[in-house]
Amino acid sequence: MGLELTTTRLEDAAGWAKKARDAANWGRKYSLFTYPFVTACCGMEFMSVAASKYDIARFGAEFPRFSPRQSDLLMIVGTITERQGPVLRRVYDQMAEPKWVIAFGVCASTGGFYQNYSAMPGADQVVPVDVYIPGCPPRPEQVLDALILLQRRIQESRGHSQVAEAQPARR
Amino acid sequence: MSTVQTYVLGQKNAADLDAEQELPAELMTINMGPSHPAMHGTIRMVLQIDGERVVDADVQPGYLHRCFEKESEYATYTQIFPYTDRLNYVSPMLNNVGFALAVEKLLGIETPERCQYIRVIIGEMSRITDHLTCIGASAMEVGAFTAFLYLLKAREWFYELLEELSGARLTHSYVRIGGVARDLTADFDPKLRDLLNRTEGVLAEVETLLTNNRIFRQRMEGVSVVSRDDAIAWGFTGPLGRASGLDYDVRKDYPYLVYDRVEFDVPVGEHGDCFDRYLVRMEEMRQSIRILRQCLDQIRPGPICVDDLRVTLPDKSEVYNTIEAMIAHFKLIVDGIRVPPGQTYSFTEGGNGELGFFVIADGTGRPYKVHVRSPCFIALQALPSMIRGALISDIIPTFGMINMIGGECDR
Repeated sequence: MGLELTTTRLEDAAGWAKKARDAANWGRKYSLFTYPFVTACCGMEFMSVAASKYDIARFGAEFPRFSPRQSDLLMIVGTITERQGPVLRRVYDQMAEPKWVIAFGVCASTGGFYQNYSAMPGADQVVPVDVYIPGCPPRPEQVLDALILLQRRIQESRGHSQVAEAQPARR
Repeated sequence: MSTVQTYVLGQKNAADLDAEQELPAELMTINMGPSHPAMHGTIRMVLQIDGERVVDADVQPGYLHRCFEKESEYATYTQIFPYTDRLNYVSPMLNNVGFALAVEKLLGIETPERCQYIRVIIGEMSRITDHLTCIGASAMEVGAFTAFLYLLKAREWFYELLEELSGARLTHSYVRIGGVARDLTADFDPKLRDLLNRTEGVLAEVETLLTNNRIFRQRMEGVSVVSRDDAIAWGFTGPLGRASGLDYDVRKDYPYLVYDRVEFDVPVGEHGDCFDRYLVRMEEMRQSIRILRQCLDQIRPGPICVDDLRVTLPDKSEVYNTIEAMIAHFKLIVDGIRVPPGQTYSFTEGGNGELGFFVIADGTGRPYKVHVRSPCFIALQALPSMIRGALISDIIPTFGMINMIGGECDR
């Protein structure tokens, strides 16, 4: 017989599965399709990040898609109010797995200095968040840093929707 | 030549009318927003459409209500500046200046000349960033992505210079009651002059890209026309009102700061359509550049804050070395600036029009009530009537040119 690439041993099978997952993750992390959920001031900085000087395209997250069904990275850019929360949840639910979420700015992370009846204390009240970016608004460099951090997490299968996938099923 | 077939119910051709092919007679309701690329994420429009035509629109703002007015009641007058930054976050300095002028009117103080010039300079820089963003975003929404990148490049230069001055790229909080936080940096003058020259180049480039661009013109021209009388009736101010032929600019008609010492023209449109709104904004940027150049020529060294320990913080060296200055510092930080009881309405020319602050003081360091007359909220109320009868695609330039800023509109 020719090549003995596959065996029936569980360890070897897991090893191949890991390699396949690593390859998939490598592909995923450099082709993030962003859904910018822009609500407030941070949107101005999001524009700067996307425009020529900071150019998020260099990091493999170039393409903003305005349909949640076509995107895999949800960027929550700005304050989420109690009224906006259900909308955000619905957008998140419409996204296909695997998906990642970045809370852009201090309002999306904790509510910032809007501690009142209207502003939600962080977008993680309604959706799970992978990376939080502090700052009001954060500098574009900070956003790029967060993106690189997220890419590292994606490679390690540590994104919130990847964790279940990464654990081999227990028998 | 096209032949028109007439189907009559009950006749022999009625069999052709499949139930699935029959077009429904009732109107279709569609939702635009609150998450839509051109709705800036913060507004919802429920449209009744007949084919592609908008029959009725229900515009629902309020998705970015962050309680500016309520939070202001719990903050000292100085602590309100960060909140004003986030009202119209495209031109934060103009809001800073507007609020400072309202409180200074209550206090009855006049800021030093240099401070007034600085406020005009930073305000006009903010106005340019506002219009750059507005035109850039609108151009992108109607498909001209190149113009967006060009304009954003120029905006980035302004942010960099404002960052050198105030320490923050976007939310500056640079103005204080009775003055500004710090003096202009040493090389501010040559940098700004250089920046203005470069910006003029960008504007000329964008002009060639957009003004005679056939697609852009067809999307903009004749769309959502508002007559001068309607503009007055709706309460339009700023670029929107001026595009409709309303010759009203607070800087010209009720001069504040040093606007009466500089020469500038107020552009006025003829048709009141979206294209005029674009042209007015382009011209306003050129006028702002003109104002900035004159201010740089006229500005003289001098104090940047009023010399009154009840209003401005004392110098740090004095705070550490004298008891009087330390007490003044402590009282200003903890209690805030004591504003005598009274109420006032002060209005300035913001990025979108007349930006008014109505402040009621009760003698303590915190305002009793702060109300904002936000120009784009006033303009937004006219949106249903502007898009009624228009096509769905006309909503995008109309909404873009109203330049609704969520923070300012919903407060």
